[in-house]
Amino acid sequence: MNTDRRAFFKNIAAAAATLTVLPTAALAREKKTAPSDAVGMLYDTTKCIGCKACVVACKEANHMPADTDGYGHGLYDSPDSLNQYTKNIIQLYKDGNEQSFAKKQCMHCIDPACVGACMLGALQKGKFGVVSYDVSKCVGCRYCETVCPFNVPKFEWAKAAPKIVKCEFCKERLAEGKQPACTEVCPRKAVIFGKYTDLLDEAHLRLENNPGKYVNKVYGERELGGTQVLYLSHIDFEKIGFRFKQDESVPHLQQTVSHGIYKGFVGPIALYGLLGAVLFRNRGNSEKES
Amino acid sequence: MQTHAQPIGGPLFTRAYFVLLSIAAIGMALILWRFWVGLGVSTGLSDGYPLGIWIALDVVTGTALACGGYAVALVVYIFNKGQFHPLIRPAILTSALGYTIAGASVAVDLGRPWNMWKIPTYVWAWNLNSSLLEVALCIMAYVFVLWIELSPAFMEKFSVDGPPLLQKWSKRLLPIVNKALIWIIALGMLLPTMHQSSLGSLMMLAGPKLHPLWLTGWLPLLFLMSCLAMGYAIVVFESVFSSRAFGRNPEVPMLINLQKIAAWGGLVFVAVRVADLAYSGNLHYAMTLDLYGTMFWIETVLWLLPLVMMLASPRPNLGSLFRGAMVVALAGALYRFDTYLVAFQPGPGWHYFPSVPEMFITIGLVALELAIYVAVVKRFPIIAGMTPAQPARPAALVAQGSANSGARTFHLADS
Repeated sequence: MNTDRRAFFKNIAAAAATLTVLPTAALAREKKTAPSDAVGMLYDTTKCIGCKACVVACKEANHMPADTDGYGHGLYDSPDSLNQYTKNIIQLYKDGNEQSFAKKQCMHCIDPACVGACMLGALQKGKFGVVSYDVSKCVGCRYCETVCPFNVPKFEWAKAAPKIVKCEFCKERLAEGKQPACTEVCPRKAVIFGKYTDLLDEAHLRLENNPGKYVNKVYGERELGGTQVLYLSHIDFEKIGFRFKQDESVPHLQQTVSHGIYKGFVGPIALYGLLGAVLFRNRGNSEKES
Repeated sequence: MQTHAQPIGGPLFTRAYFVLLSIAAIGMALILWRFWVGLGVSTGLSDGYPLGIWIALDVVTGTALACGGYAVALVVYIFNKGQFHPLIRPAILTSALGYTIAGASVAVDLGRPWNMWKIPTYVWAWNLNSSLLEVALCIMAYVFVLWIELSPAFMEKFSVDGPPLLQKWSKRLLPIVNKALIWIIALGMLLPTMHQSSLGSLMMLAGPKLHPLWLTGWLPLLFLMSCLAMGYAIVVFESVFSSRAFGRNPEVPMLINLQKIAAWGGLVFVAVRVADLAYSGNLHYAMTLDLYGTMFWIETVLWLLPLVMMLASPRPNLGSLFRGAMVVALAGALYRFDTYLVAFQPGPGWHYFPSVPEMFITIGLVALELAIYVAVVKRFPIIAGMTPAQPARPAALVAQGSANSGARTFHLADS
């Protein structure tokens, strides 16, 4: 009786060990880099005057409805954050004398969590590194919203046939050789459009030429695996809404572990074979019992 | 030895049954309303909390509670413990119902459920990095597998007293299904291993939005362990419940063994979790007694409590078995619920509490599940007649069967 029980727990221990060794045995997942044709935006808090011309231009270019729920009760298009009607927004941080505007839209991550999450690739990183959305492959599961570290994708809660709403870098305009509506219309060049690598150089140039003016960091250069939208700020990035400082991209952990378990689908097939073989060996006994 | 399953029989439409059906009907009506008005009006969900109780409770916790079939099949077929066999059918039935209801919940939760058929068919579009894709495909396949595993119960009945056509087909299909059953059962163990661990991987992708006490590369293992523990607990619960409700003999010696596995499993779970937190340097979050630290400790105590209870009562009885099982189920449920909702931090300004219709839809679906369960066990051969009588067991099995030590102690309780 004791040997039987010991064998039983030994079996469990062996099974557990097999399952746990698999993920740790995985090869480290390679860090992703921006595609060679990557474009980007560079936003500079010191130049933005909060005129919201970019918000209006974005709504116009993307045929988005006005959000009249907020200030003015129907008089104004006055969204207070990114939402189902708003793909781009200017927000204000104010604390005593310290204040800053902050533009928010999709960051177009180099290694986007939403793209890793999406079952059928409705969200995909395509031409120019733009993270775009294809409604025909979307089931409306909202997993992209769950995983986005910037809370960018929004859901049309009020609709019977809801879609995901997010900045797609004005991909139709890019295809025509134009730049996004927000960067085109900005009167202060607070947000500029360009090749991703050029913008990185420009951001570092501004940091070098203006010591003390900015927090000494280009947000998005490394954060969360890098983003194609880059930020320069004169106050802490946390204050303008960037909660996370980690360099590791969000999908890195999950994909390292999952790829370890499912590499070549060998694990599941082997497990199925093993289960089948043990069942086959034991078949006499369970039949006797039933 | 009498382990053959039989229908419970008796009147179906009792007063309690009508109450159950009414609650289910309210839920179904609210589901129609939810599709009419959309998710914004009908739920407490938001862009910050896009997943609510329909996922965290109905799917993530519900399917783990529906792992009874998985857990018992593992013990009976893989660890070759034939004496647990009477527990298989009721466990498979609750699993089939639990997973089907979870699937229904997903369909209610999805914004564009009419696109669901594309998940298994758009093979070229599959994102193989997506844990959710794997969970979706596995659960779809598993629902199918579970009903096939259960189909002999229906065909056994129909081949005797079904309508002529059904009778003919049942007689023809029953031997085929029985012959293929081994490979279907193997699939029925592979699929939950995959998707229950992947339910853990799913929240790994929440990354920094998940509190460090829950975010770990071991999430798949912890989720797999929690679903097995809950599976065992639910089988104990079910056996006790059906013995009380339908006046059947409970399988006490078997339950004691199951309870042992679940109780020690709780200790292993805590050990893995604490060791990982210590290794990653995040254990200090547990010392901060904010919401997260507190929840962590409640979970930990719940995971360890069944072992303490078991060791403290050297003579377990039906009552202590039942209480232990409830604690195990609670531990697993809370861990899973916390991982999906409590430990999820979308940022300042976001709050979630389920709306009343949202809760009633969940309650209605559970009521529907119970109603179908009761109807099926009363009309179809699911629940085994008696505990296997010890003297009739083959001598070899008695000599090595670990269940028998318990059986001696429980001789009186059994009869």
